Amino acid sequence: MYNTTYRRASSIDEAVKLLSDAEDGKFVAGGQTLIPTMKARLAAPSDLIDLRHIADLKGVTVAGDRVKIGAGTTHAEVASNAALAKACPALCHMASHIGDPHVRHMGTLGGSVANNDPAADYPAALLALSATVHTSKREIPADDFFTGLFETALAEDEIVTAVSFSLPEKAGYAKFPNPASRYALTGVFVAKRPDSVRVAVTGAGEEGVFRAGELETALASSFDAAALDGAKVSADKLMSDIHASAEYRANLVVVMAKRAVQAALA
Amino acid sequence: MADVTMTVNGRKISGTVEDRTLLVHFLRENEGLTGTHVGCDTSQCGACVVHVDGMAVKSCTMLAAQASGSEVLTIEGLADGAELHPVQAAFKEHHGLQCGFCTPGMIMAAADMIRRHPEGLDEKTVRAELEGNICRCTGYHNIVKAILAASEAMGGKAKAA
Repeated sequence: MYNTTYRRASSIDEAVKLLSDAEDGKFVAGGQTLIPTMKARLAAPSDLIDLRHIADLKGVTVAGDRVKIGAGTTHAEVASNAALAKACPALCHMASHIGDPHVRHMGTLGGSVANNDPAADYPAALLALSATVHTSKREIPADDFFTGLFETALAEDEIVTAVSFSLPEKAGYAKFPNPASRYALTGVFVAKRPDSVRVAVTGAGEEGVFRAGELETALASSFDAAALDGAKVSADKLMSDIHASAEYRANLVVVMAKRAVQAALA
Repeated sequence: MADVTMTVNGRKISGTVEDRTLLVHFLRENEGLTGTHVGCDTSQCGACVVHVDGMAVKSCTMLAAQASGSEVLTIEGLADGAELHPVQAAFKEHHGLQCGFCTPGMIMAAADMIRRHPEGLDEKTVRAELEGNICRCTGYHNIVKAILAASEAMGGKAKAA
């Protein structure tokens, strides 16, 4: 790792200030992606602004049909939150399958969302749930937030503070994990509301998370795994790598979508 | 340079290290606590697992500066004096190790796992929970046996590790 200067922020304002004072600073939350990236010398920020001790970024609130999760909430905390387990168990299930137990103790919702790894789990959940990303500057709908591979609508000095969404009628997540990294080789989050179904896919798209419109249409008329029998997703714009071809991933999208629907109905 | 203060195995320590110093290097090189191992150095193998504020984390994926102000427990602090911790005793009894390199991380992960599952553990859960710990010798079989036995020996109840 190249040298860096560690700074710990105790408030959002302080973090923004520390970043603006830095030559080429970066925010770090749990650091489960950034620290390994720095160790591999693929990132070399002059300053690391630690957000992990900012109290305003923590906590889960379920009030009526609204859920708000602070960006500093770890995957382990989301996975084991009792109120969330009642309100939206699919999200707890998803969080409980990120990385491994040690990673989940450090990694945060905000870090995952801001990094927008094309194989991360949270982007699929946020897109399917029509979530709102709250930042230090504004509120951004998930539809506009994830803009490409590791790209988001965030400005350099903008911090994700929370994520909120209204509870769906039903939701489910299924992923085919890469057996080494546990990242999604393909992961599908489905969310059903009275007037619509949203299906978001991670791990498969060349440009990151995306919605599978053809599957949404099929599920809107009948929210049942059988509605996806014979469904096809185009392999255009899907990733091909040593783990799986685009065609294989296209098939996985349908299989995972079926499993996610089954989980939602279970 | 970063001034770092933390409680390690019940002992308050402080040091001045480069900001980029990883927690695992701080523990091994500054504190001489070489029980915590560096296996892969890529955040995958779990040989470096320690508890920070009561939770298992990979000490190769955290800066010492990030851990400043925390309580850290390493494999050296697990046993109560000369008496092995139940997880250590179970690894010995069930031959849950061969070369021993992954063992400190395995044991710290196991103690954390047992804490989080006061209702007890089954084989499937143990195997899933071991996703962050790699062993190149044992095929995991005796490790799983040892963790199940330790969980039972600890009454399936949470016990501060």
